[in-house]
Amino acid sequence: MLTKQLFDRDSEAAAHDIPRRAFIRAALHGYERKRDENKAAFTDWESARTAAAEIKYDGVNRMGAYLEQFEERFTARGGKVFWASNGKEAREYILSLAAAGGVRSIVKSKAMTSEEIHLNDALEGAGYKVVESDLGEFIQQLRHEPPYHFVFPCMHLKREEISALFERELGSAKTDDPEELTAIARRFLRRQYIEADMGISGANFIVAETGMISITENEGNARLTTALPRIHVAVVGIEKVVPRLADLALLLPMLATAGAGQSLTCYNSMYGGPRQPGEIDGPDEFHVVLLDNHRTRLLADPEQRDALHCIRCGACLNVCPIFKNIGGHAYGSTYQGPIGSVITPHFRGLQEWKHLSGASSLCGACTEACPVKIDIHHHLLHNRRNAAEQKPVWWELWLWRLFAFAMRRPWLYKLGARLAPFGQKFHPALEGTILDPLGAWTESREFPEAAPRTFHDLWRERKGAQP
Amino acid sequence: MPGHGPKRGAPEHPASKPGFRQWLPQAGASADEWLASFKRQSTILKTEFVEAGTPAHAAAHIAKLAREGGWRSIATHANPLTAEIVGMLPAAIDTMHLTADYDKDALERCDAGLTGCECLVAQTGSVCVTTHSSGGRALSVLPPHHLVIARRGQMLPDLTAAYDLLAERYGAAGYPSFISFITGPSRTGDIERILVLGAHGPKRLTILLID
Repeated sequence: MLTKQLFDRDSEAAAHDIPRRAFIRAALHGYERKRDENKAAFTDWESARTAAAEIKYDGVNRMGAYLEQFEERFTARGGKVFWASNGKEAREYILSLAAAGGVRSIVKSKAMTSEEIHLNDALEGAGYKVVESDLGEFIQQLRHEPPYHFVFPCMHLKREEISALFERELGSAKTDDPEELTAIARRFLRRQYIEADMGISGANFIVAETGMISITENEGNARLTTALPRIHVAVVGIEKVVPRLADLALLLPMLATAGAGQSLTCYNSMYGGPRQPGEIDGPDEFHVVLLDNHRTRLLADPEQRDALHCIRCGACLNVCPIFKNIGGHAYGSTYQGPIGSVITPHFRGLQEWKHLSGASSLCGACTEACPVKIDIHHHLLHNRRNAAEQKPVWWELWLWRLFAFAMRRPWLYKLGARLAPFGQKFHPALEGTILDPLGAWTESREFPEAAPRTFHDLWRERKGAQP
Repeated sequence: MPGHGPKRGAPEHPASKPGFRQWLPQAGASADEWLASFKRQSTILKTEFVEAGTPAHAAAHIAKLAREGGWRSIATHANPLTAEIVGMLPAAIDTMHLTADYDKDALERCDAGLTGCECLVAQTGSVCVTTHSSGGRALSVLPPHHLVIARRGQMLPDLTAAYDLLAERYGAAGYPSFISFITGPSRTGDIERILVLGAHGPKRLTILLID
């Protein structure tokens, strides 16, 4: 099936699942309340957004120079940098590291870049044991299902479903207590950190000035993943680079506030190399895989380049009426929601993914929520325009020509307005059949009746009454 | 910002302070206000914040926690302040002193990890730890209870001040390979967005302030 057909099928099914929609709304309502509380603690949230956008603007617009600076400084501390043009190069490099390091088991902390390049499939296919350690990702891995939301991976699941999953997969006792469910996963995963030979993470920021990566998390699983195994590999999109370490003093609180309604996420950790002389623990090897995978294609587009400012906080998903109604899985893309609809056509092909840009009410809630001021809803319009310019749809083209023809000829327009009420009398005969020209509309809505008297009639009448 | 062209040239790192500090949540101008802000944040975050005053009082508080929790062992690292406190703990509590290539399983079995820190951040209620100040990477995250000893003078107003301190301390000679801002005990909201403490890291975080 085509991606568009899958999207139509899955979004319709999700939209009809009323209890699940209510559940998602309730969860996101709590988020909005906490986010607003934390936004109010800023002396000026709007100015903070502008400052954050300026930092990301600088990072993205001088990406090449900053990434080279990162590489130079990170390498000087014993780290290794691999520049991956695409997913295949990244997967092959990580597989070669695992083979060279005699790795048997791998523990992972949350990394959307790893979802993007299907790293788990490649590693498991090569015979390595791979365990996701973020609670939400761990649950999704047990369900053999991609994340539902790139920040809250299993937000669509109720506790009973998670309990049943753990009973089946881990042999634990039934419980409806979130604390106990968390404890079951904690007990299971503790061994994995200690036994794993390789830890794989993503990163939220790359710091050029000091040659570091920064990881934001609440659970502590990323800290354990990067502290105990002998090899640490971070797979990071190239757009994550920021100029200075001190820039994080702004970006970390904004990420936490916009992303989860927190003043600061529980652990914000900066890693500037493998274990250094005099340090008592940490990995012997630390590799950063800088992932392009068509990000440079977006960088080359001056109109839409600012979509690379994204810090993956998920705020635009949390406020999006489309996301709230069709959920995360219907998108069929690694990155869901408004920002996913903007960037996926650049990463994976405009014609194949243009339908995501159509799935928007253009209400602009996403743009308003974005902490780095990406003009998200206008980018959806740009995608629509670009898709139509690149590959015009013949019948749409003719329809617009016909419309323009009629609108330029007042007599034809007036004739149409006179005939409409008569024409509409024949509609019931066609309604519901394949010949119904209004079928897409009347399938789930009433079509308004044409007025017996036109606007022109009324205008003439009233103008006559009040000279 | 559509329509912009790429900027060329080598990156510059202006030494001046970033211009955003004023827009962030403010912790106040005096040490008293910073302390009050840190206390407020600790309550929200469910961090236990104790103004112990003296190392002896800090040791007594830890002994009380150990009694209540039935602790058998705590882990710590080479640090004059924590060493002084460990010396005052009841003999019944075993102490594991982390050195290079310690036994990870043994650390995992410890009931608590006792560390120093680089600084405290009043704005966010955070503790800044590094491999240098806090006994490597795992000590402050693997045991189920993290105990932090800080001096009153280590309280800083905000994250910008913390990064300034780190730059002053390590900018020339080289940063530790790991720096982390710890903001409350480990947590997750992954199940129905309900807050649960102790996801993978410590279930409890206790900060003991010494004058």
